[in-house]
Amino acid sequence: MSQSESTPKKTQIATGDRAILPKGAKTIPIFIMGKQYEVPETLTIMKAMEFAGFQFLRGAGCRGGICGACPTVYRMPNDYKIHFGLACQTVVEADMYLAQIPFYPANRAVYKLEDIEARPDMINALYPELFRCVACNNCTKACPMNVDVLGYISALKQGDIARAAEISFDCIQCGMCASRCMGEIPQYHIAQLARRMYGKYIMPKAEHLQKRVDEINAGKYDGLLEKLQKMSHEELEKLYKEREREPDLAPNGTWVPQDAQYL
Amino acid sequence: MGYTPELKELIKRVEATRPKRLEMARKGENFPALTLEERAVVLEKFHPDYQKEGRRPVKTGPDKGLVLPEEVAMLLESRSMLRPEHVKLDKVDFDTDVLVIGAGGAGNSAALLAADAGCKVIMVTKLRHGDANTMMAEGGIQAAVHECDSPFYHYMDTIGGGHFTNQPDLVATLSHDAPLSINWLEGLGMMFNKHPDGRLVSRHFGGSSRKRMNSAGDMTGAEIMRVLRDEARSRSDQISTIEFTPAVELLIDEEGKCGGAILYNMETREFFICRAKATIIATGGNGRLHIKGFACTNHYGATMDGVVLCYRAGVGTTCMWSTQYHPTGVSYPEQNVGLLITEKVRGLGAHVLNVEGEQFCFPLEPRDVESAEIIKEALEVGKAVLTPTGRYGVWLDSPMIDMLHGEGTVRRELPAKFIQFERHGIDISKEPMLVYPTLHYQNGGIAIDGDCRTVIPGLYSAGECTGGVHGENRLMGNSLQDVITFGRRAGIVAAQYVNSGVEVKKLTMDHVVKYEKELAEAGVENPVVAPILLPDYSTDEVASRRLLQVQGMLEAE
Repeated sequence: MSQSESTPKKTQIATGDRAILPKGAKTIPIFIMGKQYEVPETLTIMKAMEFAGFQFLRGAGCRGGICGACPTVYRMPNDYKIHFGLACQTVVEADMYLAQIPFYPANRAVYKLEDIEARPDMINALYPELFRCVACNNCTKACPMNVDVLGYISALKQGDIARAAEISFDCIQCGMCASRCMGEIPQYHIAQLARRMYGKYIMPKAEHLQKRVDEINAGKYDGLLEKLQKMSHEELEKLYKEREREPDLAPNGTWVPQDAQYL
Repeated sequence: MGYTPELKELIKRVEATRPKRLEMARKGENFPALTLEERAVVLEKFHPDYQKEGRRPVKTGPDKGLVLPEEVAMLLESRSMLRPEHVKLDKVDFDTDVLVIGAGGAGNSAALLAADAGCKVIMVTKLRHGDANTMMAEGGIQAAVHECDSPFYHYMDTIGGGHFTNQPDLVATLSHDAPLSINWLEGLGMMFNKHPDGRLVSRHFGGSSRKRMNSAGDMTGAEIMRVLRDEARSRSDQISTIEFTPAVELLIDEEGKCGGAILYNMETREFFICRAKATIIATGGNGRLHIKGFACTNHYGATMDGVVLCYRAGVGTTCMWSTQYHPTGVSYPEQNVGLLITEKVRGLGAHVLNVEGEQFCFPLEPRDVESAEIIKEALEVGKAVLTPTGRYGVWLDSPMIDMLHGEGTVRRELPAKFIQFERHGIDISKEPMLVYPTLHYQNGGIAIDGDCRTVIPGLYSAGECTGGVHGENRLMGNSLQDVITFGRRAGIVAAQYVNSGVEVKKLTMDHVVKYEKELAEAGVENPVVAPILLPDYSTDEVASRRLLQVQGMLEAE
């Protein structure tokens, strides 16, 4: 290999949000709400719809698979199954037949977290429809995040809030579970309540944090921060260079720095 | 799917050097970090912010003459979508104590704290409640919560990471309030990663002297956003949230105070007058302007709306020339291009490697330095991997994480990333990832003081749309802390202002008339209409057909 080949300096770099299409890429037909469009293969549904000329108002959000704005249902030829995916994460396939469901109504119970306790009967009272679950598992099948929705609903029916909170953690609240539920349950709202109950009342409190909060409120660092704001660039730079670095493998709360004057 | 045979062949080189690198890591040895002098050299030569082309002085407004990226300057020299002479300002549609513009991390925090202080709040957003960059922040949130740490070191790391260009009062507020913010979120029921005794799990990050990165899985921002949104919904007696309805112009009363904004329902194309005693701008960043053509990690709505509204009303900016390029955006597979690989991957010990499988930089430099080093390895050294779609990439050796911390760590600590790559046939606990710098964060923005005040009475701002707290370079985990700390402050301070007794006088759009006159005098021809609200990613072919249609309509008028 010659020098010039091993240093590809003149290579054109892809720019912006429109994907560079691989060499020799061909187009494929997809059906957006029943209407055919030709789009390049390898694109996500979202980028393919934009390629076709759609500009999203609803149906696009983070474009990175975490906000729940772009749930999409689709079918494939010769396949009885209904498929679910996020438009920003699912790659188009030939003859895919799709529609977005950017919003699905689901009732959220009215509560104030500070007025309730982490008790299963509290959840049951706020969401009595929980017991309409027939364990059909359609919710789990519909989840684009592979959350075990039936798993957390079952955990809640058994009164295990902690387990429901852990299982539901990846939920992006897109509403696909609720759209498929035979029992008409608003799963993702119930999971939200369970996680907040768990975070506030069941997980152990960070006591060292409370201590730090008390110190701050007592004004312990006010003088120090006042002084820092008036420091010259040179003084700051000197202190910056002198900082000790906490060792990588030191467990939290164990390392004691040599210099304790700023703690 | 997965890696191509050619890339799989290259991965063997990574695997060949791995045992030795693991041995180093277990001994706590690192590839040497750059000195401050060496950092300056690599930044000057390779960081896009330091290069001259694509920048020019802005022609109008409070920062006239300031050299900014073309994409930013153009939007600051924009005109309103409203014709002031046709707007009836005496017919008020909404009347409130506090108007919050933007419903992300900062907006929701502000709304909640203003409500706590007894105010009636309207929170408007152009997309859904919670659609914001906050939702996408993965790695964590900084706060000096452990005994070996203190606000002093948070201040020091932040201002050093920002090359000492940060606004000191903002850094002081950030480091002072950070533990209070975490405490508040804990009380709202956020599921932080904790040790069995309740101690927060905190990690190192680029530019840290102490382990200060607190997290919730690898979806810290999403967890914050879910909790804040749920709490705001619980408070609907005080907080009305209006979706798909951005503010498109501020209203200034005849005494020069901010008196609310004009809202625009994007679904019905109606305009509404909203009168408010205090207004808080929390509209987020500008990644969707795609400065210099870079891919970006941002939310669909990141179009700099708040900066545009404020600038037109006479509020200048701080550090607006500075944009953050995150060192590790995805460069393969094509479907994930531009998306972020959290710094936590490097915090957990993954090395950054060239095509030979060799380390060429300390993996936890501040982000701008790390980005510049990766660009250097591609452009000057010529040892980057070239992907099948013509993109540069360097390896991020994620399999090291399980080897260092035990099997299952990747799956547990980086669940969202794991799923995202698994969808495309790549198991990141066994195969490394290909990454390259991507446009990530608006470092600069609306000029505020430590209490979120702008120069206009009654107008406050918080979060990514503001500038100064991060200087010219933001450290990981300071953005989430920024939105919570300053969002809370803005809510508190705005409520104090309202509760002190404010009377909004006759509303005007005189500032818009004045600014458009200035544009004409400066010779800005055909200024763009802004805020642009949403980007348009249709192809040139589709766009050209639309343009014909639009021109036809104009001629018909």
